[in-house]
Amino acid sequence: MTPLLQVEDLRVRFRTDTGIIPAVNGVSFVVRPRETLALVGESGSGKSVTGLSIMRLTPRGGGCRVEGRIRFGAADLLALPEEDMRAIRGNRISMIFQEPMTSLNPVKTVGEQIAEAIRCHRQIGRQAALDRAAELLHTVGIPDARQRLASYPHHMSGGMRQRVMIAMALSCEPDLLIADEPTTALDVTVQAQIVELLKRLQQQTGMSVIFITHNLGVVADIADRVMVMYAGRIVEQAGTVPLLTSPLMPYTQGLLRSVPRLPAGQHQRRRLDAIPGNVPDPAELPAGCSFRPRCPHAVAGVCDTTLPELEDTAPGHLVRCRRWRDIAPAGA
Amino acid sequence: MTRYLVHRLGQNLILLWLVSVIAFTVLHLAPGGPLAQFALVPGLTQADLARIAHQMGLDRSLPVQYWEWFRRMLVGDWGRSYRDTQPVLLVIGSHLFATLELMVSSTIIAVLLGTWVGVLGAIRRYSLFDYLATVGAMIALSIPTFWFGLVVIYIFSVKLAWLPAGNLYTVGDGSFLDFAHHLIAPSLVLALVTVAIWSRYMRSSMLEVINQDYIRTARAKGLRERSVLIDHAFRNALLPMITIAGLQLPTLLSGALVTETVFTWPGMGRLFLDSIGYRDYPMVMGVLMFSAVLVLLGNLMADLLYAASDPRIRLD
Ligand SMILES: Nc1ncnc2c1ncn2[C@@H]1O[C@H](COP(=O)(O)OP(=O)(O)OP(=O)(O)O)[C@@H](O)[C@H]1O
Ligand code: SF4
Ligand SMILES: [Mg+2]
Repeated sequence: MTPLLQVEDLRVRFRTDTGIIPAVNGVSFVVRPRETLALVGESGSGKSVTGLSIMRLTPRGGGCRVEGRIRFGAADLLALPEEDMRAIRGNRISMIFQEPMTSLNPVKTVGEQIAEAIRCHRQIGRQAALDRAAELLHTVGIPDARQRLASYPHHMSGGMRQRVMIAMALSCEPDLLIADEPTTALDVTVQAQIVELLKRLQQQTGMSVIFITHNLGVVADIADRVMVMYAGRIVEQAGTVPLLTSPLMPYTQGLLRSVPRLPAGQHQRRRLDAIPGNVPDPAELPAGCSFRPRCPHAVAGVCDTTLPELEDTAPGHLVRCRRWRDIAPAGA
Repeated sequence: MTRYLVHRLGQNLILLWLVSVIAFTVLHLAPGGPLAQFALVPGLTQADLARIAHQMGLDRSLPVQYWEWFRRMLVGDWGRSYRDTQPVLLVIGSHLFATLELMVSSTIIAVLLGTWVGVLGAIRRYSLFDYLATVGAMIALSIPTFWFGLVVIYIFSVKLAWLPAGNLYTVGDGSFLDFAHHLIAPSLVLALVTVAIWSRYMRSSMLEVINQDYIRTARAKGLRERSVLIDHAFRNALLPMITIAGLQLPTLLSGALVTETVFTWPGMGRLFLDSIGYRDYPMVMGVLMFSAVLVLLGNLMADLLYAASDPRIRLD
């Protein structure tokens, strides 16, 4: 199947007062039609920057450089003139963000904000756009959708606002939705509802989804495939089941151990086994494997020489680890 | 809303009263007094002076004098000028137009120019324009208004003879164009400081808004950069500026004082300075109270306007 989106050797660097920050270092992956790809990793691993690069919404000005190729249909998004990119944004590729409380304009009604997204890409009148906005609000599960059009964001809870964001993102029936930690800022019960909603909408519309999260727990629920990022690189990639049941990369294994679980009927939380140590400063990555300082399997002379390649271990399973053959695949 | 208004008006009345007490006290404790001029008149004896003081009520204790003044002011009798025995309110009224004309025109200049400079500086942050605007604002803020006024008069009136050097209008002309011609120099001079302040606030307000998440959302919709900046960013960035506008009133008034002096502008500022020179107590108090009312009303209006423009704010 031809992929919907093909990212090749994406590199993103920020120039700051303290030096150059390589946030994304040669990331390649594809998104196929109708699939949900989860992008997982700790804070600072480059997930948001990867998503923003696809939208070409990385910070403006000279401080940020994006290189590589992002093929979407026949186009290379990174080479498109701004006007053509604008026609894709919010239309064929949409994005929703982590912070529902601040992602909506406080002085515009919810209806205006959704209608604006529609009218930006479709030649329809104001009233027709508002009618469509009401339909969308109904679709994302907002009660009294028509009355809600006149509400301002501050009248709504975080969960409701995130539903509005989703309605807005889906307003032009995109082929690809990039959801950047859409549930992180929400209550646990609301999180589950939003994940269910996204799942349902994905099945109804047949769009592809890139679901960014740092929580492997939701991945099992929503993703077809999973891509794990560490320090701006992909370190493991596989179908959801193999990745969750037999992860090969020590980092993925560590992430899995840190997932809180509530076994059915039991209300006792397993002790969180967070990965010791911190995410490395992207400006000062260690030689060899970036994960080496925190890796329980690291071996001197093997892991600290050159950067490990991303290797095929099985069809569709990629791992960036010198010692994956020696390490027993360990689930949680 | 009504409760809010009543509350605010009550607060303002108390403030006005405090202003009057402080102004009255400071004025009367300042060295010299209305009698100092009489003392210069040859032939007036100490006894004569005492009699005059008694007639003017200056021999009574300060609280009593204050109470007299206060009681009358409340019923609209703001006293008469010591200089020409004209009713204070009437004199203020005849100077009001000139000052308002100056303040309104310089505010229009400041808002238009300051907004443009500030917004452009924010959008093109760190550009040559932004750099020049920053330096320009710093210079504008450090130039004394009276000196700048004199320089403008020297260049544009004396050397180039493009603009009149002062006064509200040419005697015998007084057409609209004549008024406008006279207004150019003083309103530009008065606007200098306000443009600088306004553009700085506008720039930082705009910069803050541009980095908000909802601006990213607006871009993610695929909106044109123009609509992102105008419909989303600028509209939000203007909100705090309403309050800033209210807070600028005292700066504007004190600027008017200096500008009017430099341009022999027959407004309240000059009236105030002249009255101080004459120790014309009723006049000075009158102008002070009137300005205080202007400032407080201006701020109240700014707050009401702010509440009307921001859907998140409800007054109660
Ligand atoms: N505007 C920016 N200027 C400078 N550095 C940035 C900027 N945005 C991101 N970075 C850097 O890029 C790296 C990756 O950031 P990114 O936001 O993609 O992380 P993330 O994986 O999304 O993390 P999180 O889970 O916290 O959202 C970080 O080291 C961050 O400091
Ligand atoms: S290469 Fe070495 S340090 Fe890196 S993950 Fe594998 S075992 Fe650990
Ligand atoms: Mg992020």
